[in-house]
Amino acid sequence: MRVGIVCPYTWNVPGGVQQHIRDLAEALIGYGHHVSVITPADDDARLPDYVVSAGRAVPVPYNGSVARLAFGFLSASRVRRWIHDGAFDVLHVHEPAAPSLGLLACWAADGPIVGTFHASYTKSRVVSVTAPILQSALEKITGRIAVSEAARKTLVEHLGGDAVLIPNGVATERYAMADPLPGWPGRDTTGTGALTGAGAGPDADGGVLGFLGRMDEPRKGLQVLLRAFEILGPRRPGLRLLLAGPGDADDVVARVSPGLRDRVVVLGMVSEADKIRAYHSVDVFVAPNLGGESFGIVLAEAMSAGAPILASDIEAFDRVLLGGRAGALFPVGDAAALAASAAELLDDPARRKQLSAEARAAVRRYDWSAVARDVLRVYETVALPGRTVVESPGRGAQGA
Amino acid sequence: MLPDWIYDAIFLTAVVFLLGVYVSWRATRLDRLHVRVETARAALDAALVRRAAVALELAASRLLDPATSLVLATAAHEAHTADAEAREFAESDLSRALRAVMDQPDFAATVSARPEGQAVLEELTAASAKVVYARSFYNDAVASARTARRKLLVRVLPLAGRAAWPGFFEIDDDPPRP
Repeated sequence: MRVGIVCPYTWNVPGGVQQHIRDLAEALIGYGHHVSVITPADDDARLPDYVVSAGRAVPVPYNGSVARLAFGFLSASRVRRWIHDGAFDVLHVHEPAAPSLGLLACWAADGPIVGTFHASYTKSRVVSVTAPILQSALEKITGRIAVSEAARKTLVEHLGGDAVLIPNGVATERYAMADPLPGWPGRDTTGTGALTGAGAGPDADGGVLGFLGRMDEPRKGLQVLLRAFEILGPRRPGLRLLLAGPGDADDVVARVSPGLRDRVVVLGMVSEADKIRAYHSVDVFVAPNLGGESFGIVLAEAMSAGAPILASDIEAFDRVLLGGRAGALFPVGDAAALAASAAELLDDPARRKQLSAEARAAVRRYDWSAVARDVLRVYETVALPGRTVVESPGRGAQGA
Repeated sequence: MLPDWIYDAIFLTAVVFLLGVYVSWRATRLDRLHVRVETARAALDAALVRRAAVALELAASRLLDPATSLVLATAAHEAHTADAEAREFAESDLSRALRAVMDQPDFAATVSARPEGQAVLEELTAASAKVVYARSFYNDAVASARTARRKLLVRVLPLAGRAAWPGFFEIDDDPPRP
């Protein structure tokens, strides 16, 4: 199948939408499909060979912040030519309601168009004014996808209509292998059973509990883990806590008893690479969330890294962890139960090893290859046999 | 100096012309929405027919016990042959039959273990998912068309032509667990 994907934001600027498109395009190419992506890009940017530049994006104030968007006659004519030359079976437009390439592509094309909506916002200042302009372009989209329940809700409330839910995938391979952070024992990722660096010192095999998430957001449940550490810490002198995520580090350390403070390490915000290394540095990854998670991308990442998981038994986690088979569960908010389960896991390397393997297997369902397969089904549903996406007639002036 | 009425006439002509352009643009838009409804309906029909066909294939494949085969074959046949009025009920029944069959303990593992089993199961999963997508896209198109047709201009002028008032397609299409 020939697929044309439209990216609204500058390719080489890090962002969720760009990452999504990159992962999707590569998964589709992996399935043997022809994929071309058109995107705003800086002139000197190095692009993969499946990516076509539509020119530079311009920073403009939009919807309460400054966004880098591509619009104007030049972008419109490049999109038009790309559609004409591409002879795509399906055009896949991302974030079509943003005033960028996606909207231009909707104007310029006729035929099977799939639109993926990423953004979620509770209030939009401009939608009431812009709705009529958007409407006639968005009406051309034949299949709509939302990446989250929140994005779907935003779509329903602000633009009307409905969408099917296909969540973001996890690039499980990206997390599979990494060296532990310096000074942390880490787990064996080779499958030989040996703990790498276990001999580094008397403290190195005392065990490490890990947490990643917003530290100042009560729903992420860090306070439950800290209470559990107050129980476990005095009994297990080598046990350490590795915390990562946005939030005030001093504030977190202040919540720990003075005697235990030197065993709590707060990394704060970490780079993507260090995040992956952090997942590989812990003996047990704890997800003590109190609720409000629809899926738990952090949990999926930790599972991809093969971290043995100990998670609260909220519905989303219970589902992802296959009812406890791919990770241990404890009653939500129960610090004593968390402590007891963590102690059990720390004392049982064989069980940790088994959970690690089960987690890696279970997370494959959320891998990009599975998500791309669902997106392909959407393509197949809207594609018209024997017809390709064509340029929309008579849109010369309005298309710009 | 031209007489005043000429200016009035020019102005009036311009207004009528612009109005004409606007009305024709609205008519084009409405026409496009109707085409989208029809295309989406065709895709939905294709997805439903495909699902019934794969269900029949599974029923006839000797991968199942005869009772399960019979449940599945009956539901698929009903869905396949139902008239417009009974269609939504028959398709919902097929969804329920598929769930009842495929949610049996160890169903997937047992069927996959046999030759051809894996392929048929995958086709059925794909066909069920596509019904969900196709129905969502169809109902979305219907909603857009209905909104457009409720607009004053469209009701006053016969812009919709003879196109039928589009109806939603409401069924239980929850797919079996993968």
